[in-house]
Amino acid sequence: MNAKTADKIATGVIYAISSIVALILFAMLGFILVRGVPHLSWHFLTSPARAFEAGGGIGIQLFNSFYLLILAMLISFPIALGAAIYLNEYAQKNRFTAIIRTAIEILSSLPSVVVGLFGFLLFVVQFKLGFSILSGAIALTLFNLPLLTRSIETSLAQIPDLQREAGAALGLSRWETVLHVILPAAVPSIVTGVVLSAGRVFGEAAALIYTAGQSAPALNFADWNPFNISSPLNPMRPAETLAVHIWKINSEGIMPDLNAVSAGASAVLIIVVLLFNFSARKLGMKLYKKLTSA
Amino acid sequence: MTNSNTDLKPASEFIRENAPERFIYNMDPEKHEIALSTHDLQVFYGDNLALSEGDLQFERYKITSLVGASGSGKSTFLRSLNRMNDDVATVKGKIMYRGVDINTKKIDVYEMRRHIGMVFQRPNPFAKSIYDNITFALTSRGNYTKEQLDEVVETSLKQAALWDQVKDELDKSALALSGGQAQRLVIARALALKPDILLLDEPSSALDPISSAQVEDTLLKLKDQYTIIIVTHNMQQAARISDYTAFFHMGKIVEYDLTRKIFTRPKVALTNDYISGNFG
Repeated sequence: MNAKTADKIATGVIYAISSIVALILFAMLGFILVRGVPHLSWHFLTSPARAFEAGGGIGIQLFNSFYLLILAMLISFPIALGAAIYLNEYAQKNRFTAIIRTAIEILSSLPSVVVGLFGFLLFVVQFKLGFSILSGAIALTLFNLPLLTRSIETSLAQIPDLQREAGAALGLSRWETVLHVILPAAVPSIVTGVVLSAGRVFGEAAALIYTAGQSAPALNFADWNPFNISSPLNPMRPAETLAVHIWKINSEGIMPDLNAVSAGASAVLIIVVLLFNFSARKLGMKLYKKLTSA
Repeated sequence: MTNSNTDLKPASEFIRENAPERFIYNMDPEKHEIALSTHDLQVFYGDNLALSEGDLQFERYKITSLVGASGSGKSTFLRSLNRMNDDVATVKGKIMYRGVDINTKKIDVYEMRRHIGMVFQRPNPFAKSIYDNITFALTSRGNYTKEQLDEVVETSLKQAALWDQVKDELDKSALALSGGQAQRLVIARALALKPDILLLDEPSSALDPISSAQVEDTLLKLKDQYTIIIVTHNMQQAARISDYTAFFHMGKIVEYDLTRKIFTRPKVALTNDYISGNFG
């Protein structure tokens, strides 16, 4: 076989393999969307779930998912940012930083159900936080922190050292250079990373089952005082999220329209995650243009 | 009549055997104003001695070229002058600037680098507007009015011979500039801090010949206000623009003299070999 034929065959095989990957992805997406989208309606998206009769929605679960996501991001982003700045800009190559890096790697490969159980034992039981949004947000932080740290660290590492030298040569301290030169240049890619990780957090179920709980008590959307138990903002209330809801109704749901609710909820989950993914890139590019030509 | 003395050696060999191994021009402080000088500078990367016996004096308002093959220690030397090597190397010896040894722990390096600025091989403008690139280092430390900043931007861009090309688009991203323009912006950015001394590490080697010539012109114009020390691989460039030249070889300064002397009648045979292209 000559080189040309071999090359043609290799090209064909590689195309075939990547088509299979794309095909599986599109088939799954298509299946979920085709099954789920017909059940979507304003009523479905906004009304509370019903346990025993048909016609329930996913309103509260949807709200819970977003609220938990925001809280988890508020906790994990500053920590991840600080850790990433330390690791990429300050850390010397020694045993201490090697240990930190290994710890982050191990944490990132931890199964989320283990994170969930750990959160249950420590926060729910030991710290007596109960099944609550707060427990869930902390568990999500543990789950998200290593990945987000790694993603921000990569964003910072992409900024060439020439920029750091430029800052130093102008008499800027390392911190001033990080704050005014490196971070602004890295913002677009950091934002992309944050939004992508938000998609991952949004779809997480296993870490939340034993922390944020599996029940969604009725909420009074007119009451925004976070200290009232029926307020949507109360962080101490149990909060079943969309992903947990899907798991729950599929394993022990008894409502008659269970299949329709499950399909609709799955479609909503997938659509939101897709939105996160598509917007991540767009937002990043837009920010980059804006920031670099002030 | 033929020369019967067949033992007589060719002139080049005679010079080779009798020339000094090292020649360092020593300035008379009475006649020359010395802007910066190093005394027995040694630079270590770990245990590896990258440069030793670094003794040079730099005259004020002159251009000094540092030449030598790759790995000869010239960039290492230059980067030690404003302590850019602090993180990667150990620098021993004295660097005297205005009667102060700046190679000590108690020196505020950030302040010192505002007096001894530096421009690198690859243009490295910040991902900011042209205007902000220049004003940024100033505003990070002091309070300036808009008028003062406008003036600094205009003067430094004019000094760097870039004003006419960018004066109408100062708020455009500096990343959109061409290589030569970006390098001159970087020079303008360094000048905005009104440094005494400007260190340049092969500032035109990443540029095309036209941009490179523009940078050279810029440096020549800057000479009457700044002391310039430049590392270059380009012998013609060193000969064209500099007043003094130091030749580095294997981590030592082999010869330091007036540029015209180095390029016409070097005292050390090694220097002669290098500038005539016999090695390196």
